[in-house]
Amino acid sequence: MNEKGFFNKLKIYLIFAGPTTFAFFAVIIIPFIFGIYLTFTDWNGLSSTYSFVKIANYISILYDSAFWTSFLLTLKYVFYTVVIVNVMAFTLAYFLTSGIKGENFLRAGFFIPNLIAGIVLGLIWRFIFSRVLVYLGQNVNLGIFSTSWLGNPDKAFWTLVIVSVWQYSGYMMLIYIAGFMNVPKSVLEAATIDGASSFQKVKSIIAPLMIPSFIISIFLTLQRAFLVYDVNLALTNGDPFKSTELLSLHIYRKAFLAQDYAIGQSQAFFFFLIVAGITFTQVYFSKKLEVEQ
Amino acid sequence: MVKENKMVSKLKTVVLSLLLLFYMTPFAILLLNTFKNKRQIISDPLALPDSFKLNNFIEAFDKMNYIHAFFNTLIITVFSVFIIVIFSSMTAYLFVRCKWRFNKIMFFVMVASMLIPFQAVMIPLVTIYGSLNLLNSKWSLIFMYLGFGTSLAVFIYHGFIKSIPLELEEAAMIDGCTRLQTFFKIVFPLLKPTTMTIIILDMLWIWNDFLLPSLVLISSDQRTLQLSTYYFNGTYTSDYHLLMAGLLLTIIPVIIVYIFVQRHIIKGVMQGSIK
Repeated sequence: MNEKGFFNKLKIYLIFAGPTTFAFFAVIIIPFIFGIYLTFTDWNGLSSTYSFVKIANYISILYDSAFWTSFLLTLKYVFYTVVIVNVMAFTLAYFLTSGIKGENFLRAGFFIPNLIAGIVLGLIWRFIFSRVLVYLGQNVNLGIFSTSWLGNPDKAFWTLVIVSVWQYSGYMMLIYIAGFMNVPKSVLEAATIDGASSFQKVKSIIAPLMIPSFIISIFLTLQRAFLVYDVNLALTNGDPFKSTELLSLHIYRKAFLAQDYAIGQSQAFFFFLIVAGITFTQVYFSKKLEVEQ
Repeated sequence: MVKENKMVSKLKTVVLSLLLLFYMTPFAILLLNTFKNKRQIISDPLALPDSFKLNNFIEAFDKMNYIHAFFNTLIITVFSVFIIVIFSSMTAYLFVRCKWRFNKIMFFVMVASMLIPFQAVMIPLVTIYGSLNLLNSKWSLIFMYLGFGTSLAVFIYHGFIKSIPLELEEAAMIDGCTRLQTFFKIVFPLLKPTTMTIIILDMLWIWNDFLLPSLVLISSDQRTLQLSTYYFNGTYTSDYHLLMAGLLLTIIPVIIVYIFVQRHIIKGVMQGSIK
């Protein structure tokens, strides 16, 4: 564009980017900065006065064992979810790009859980785990289900992983399918003629060419797993005894139920640093890998 | 060799179909139980229903104020997606075509902001909008969705607009179109595939969102479908027959839409991932 002059430019900017800039600042940037400011106060969310406490909130987080329990639990949950979702999704995508009958139908089918709100999925699975599986356990002698998984801290953790894998693998499958479709057919045919096995083809041709898909899929799973809230709330509600309270739920309760705004916000900010750090590192190193290939 | 391949291919279809069937069992169990009464659900959640009466649906429909919640969700989703698409495409166009330093900085800030999780801003967000008395309104929520949704939309549009040749626009400008006319008459129609992708990604997100509406919409008449489903569950915790019907009612509109636009949704999600 060849618009000249400050006011002309300003006019053009406001017409084209005014609404987005305003909303973006009003909803993300200003709350984010105000949030950092809050972490240095002792505000409880209600009182009109508060004082500065420097880094006392961050220090109190260090000694807050409930926070660290939730933090480690979240890391464990993120680890299993990211690994299993991506293995499942990659496998599904591999089979659903091999030219079999009913491919489109199957793809559409596996995607269905992603259409439905996490709250609804969580409630359906809550019914399955607390009623249906217990019924099976007691009547068909499946000992493993004879008591509700939601009542046992270890098993309740796995219900979260199971539901998340079920929910997300269809979405990530589509990302890997898009990746598979970008692998040139001619290269694969040449490899087949040279006698490469299916496994060799995946390892030496498909996987390296699909690094961009891995980057995106792992990035999305990491983010979604770290930020999971509705499934956690609807499925386990953090029970039993807060043993499945992931960080999002923990922070929500700290701020809005326990009325510890400043401490809740300090935890949220710490959470931001961790999530941003991990996702940034993941993208950075896998991009590097991509360039080297 | 060819025959064997066909066999393998058929076997794959069978195995994957079985897996899909297994995947869908939660929905099948849900459907099965929506027609039963409370006692039947508890005594045998896997039995077939005796009859297919719609009583449960009628009662749940009424008690969760379904129509109201449905239209709240629809209004919020449609308006949010509409303004995200219009304003973000304009912004991306400006950022691509005017390489001012300020635009470069803004674009960078927007892309970087995508690393900020919602949880990191939710507490101050509620505080600020609460003190301005802007909570408990659909329109505040729609405005917030513009703020949260614009970065990704600008980012996706930016990548696409870069590949559009300038000549078309120059011709239009010479013919006397203003900047704005040029954008809406020439550029915006060319963005259609990208627009579809953004509409799909944002619709899935906003229609199904829970945390943000639960913080913003306080009074019960403002509730979205997801909120009313959740509160309904809290009120009728042991009335399984109503819960099952309520959950199915929340799912039905989405599945109906999916049956018709399934191809676009699948394509949109795949396009959204290749940036």
